[in-house]
Amino acid sequence: MKIVYIMWLRELKRYFRSKSRIVGSLGQPLLFLLALGYGLGSVFRAAGQGNYFQFLVPGIVGMSIIFSAIFSGIQIIWDRQFGFLKETLVAPVSRLNIMIGRTLGGATVATIQGVIVLFISMAFGFRPSNWWLFPVALVFMLLVALLFTALGTGIASVLEDMQGFQLIMNFLVMPIFFLSGALFPLSGLPHILTGFTIVDPLSYGIDSFRALLVGAAHFGLGLDFTVLTVVTAAFLVAGSYLFSRIQV
Amino acid sequence: MENIAEVRNLVKRFGDFTAVNNISFDVKKGETFAFLGPNGAGKSTTIKMLTTLLRPTRGEIIVDGHNPMKEPEKVRRSFGIVFQDPSLDDELTAKENMEFHGVLYGVPSRLRKARIEELMNFVELWDRRDSLVKEFSGGMKRRLEIARGLLHHPKLIFLDEPTLGLDPQTRNHMWSYLQDLNKKEGITVFFTTHYMEEAARIAERIAIIDHGVIVATGSADELTRQTGTASLEDAFLKLTGYTIREEESSATDRLRTLGRAWAGRRR
Repeated sequence: MKIVYIMWLRELKRYFRSKSRIVGSLGQPLLFLLALGYGLGSVFRAAGQGNYFQFLVPGIVGMSIIFSAIFSGIQIIWDRQFGFLKETLVAPVSRLNIMIGRTLGGATVATIQGVIVLFISMAFGFRPSNWWLFPVALVFMLLVALLFTALGTGIASVLEDMQGFQLIMNFLVMPIFFLSGALFPLSGLPHILTGFTIVDPLSYGIDSFRALLVGAAHFGLGLDFTVLTVVTAAFLVAGSYLFSRIQV
Repeated sequence: MENIAEVRNLVKRFGDFTAVNNISFDVKKGETFAFLGPNGAGKSTTIKMLTTLLRPTRGEIIVDGHNPMKEPEKVRRSFGIVFQDPSLDDELTAKENMEFHGVLYGVPSRLRKARIEELMNFVELWDRRDSLVKEFSGGMKRRLEIARGLLHHPKLIFLDEPTLGLDPQTRNHMWSYLQDLNKKEGITVFFTTHYMEEAARIAERIAIIDHGVIVATGSADELTRQTGTASLEDAFLKLTGYTIREEESSATDRLRTLGRAWAGRRR
């Protein structure tokens, strides 16, 4: 338990000490939020879909969580580079605990990023439909963050260096984000696209945020929760296995 | 005398390249053992296999009575290690790095506090305990790593080129501390170095490895006698030849270069 805690604490200390990382990682979601939110707002309304800004915010919160979470997981590559990974790998503790601690830390950081984006969007006029559901939304945010940190950890465990990072961003993270319904409604899509959105775990995350923050769900909270927990558990198991196999 | 580490017919291949080719040796409990060899001879690869970081292709290893592949945690409990390249967290302070290590190794909190202060004083970094490690010079990082490796008082300590880049004062200081610990607590010291006079002065027994094969073992005196030379340096050169070795850069080295390029850009 102590090991999990100290690994978690390390991730948080690193996060809060790196002001440039906090500010830097807010840039992209804010750009999406403002450019798309205001840019497509009138088209969205004309199509009879209501307020696009309200619709978009949960998607952008999901975006900042997934990017931050994957990035936290991928940080193992940097730890490998700066040698710190070895220090944890030769320690007489189970690698499962190390992996769990890191993942929880990364997920906490990603959730904080998501909350910051949510609060900033309020400054631009976003209003949650029901404040009482906010704590529940937090739980779902943490769940999504866990899922993608575990995914990042698993990927980073098999990558030797940062060369593969671009590949992961373009062929995994970007598609996961764009096909999740973060930017558009999931109903009435072409069949192929629907197929992609159904297998994309982030779709269920964004759907849960939307259900809890603006009261509009596509899949429904029950299904969201089931899919998210099952996939998170699977990624945690796979990530731990890959992490335990690391050689340096 | 009992052995703390036993290696039998150990082989490690990376693709076509055989880094360690069928070596066998023992390290006795409580001795100071030097593992010498030119660059790329297989020293670090052997240490990685002894310390559970790398799986051998073939052969047997026993460290403190356990097989590193089958019971890695038991093996990990028995040793401390100072790596050849830095392994500190740059974004944490010196003291945080020490505390982190203490928690990982289950050193009880009161003992941990006392030892951290003692060891950081010993390497003269106590005054800088709250500075981030990224502000440290290479020598200071080295000293901190040595202090950290000793924090949990292991039965066996691996030091992979620990004195690289240290001035003679620090080197001398470090070895006298280690020798003291070796005598008082019976800690076995297993080290590599390129300074032959250091190996001759410190090590009770020496193994020389070249091209993945152990070419000689014995005390410094025995090695010079065997080769009919005047010093360990001459014996070493006679055994391993005069050619300068090339080491291929690993993925990690390339990444480090990239990291430095990035760090440069940020400033």
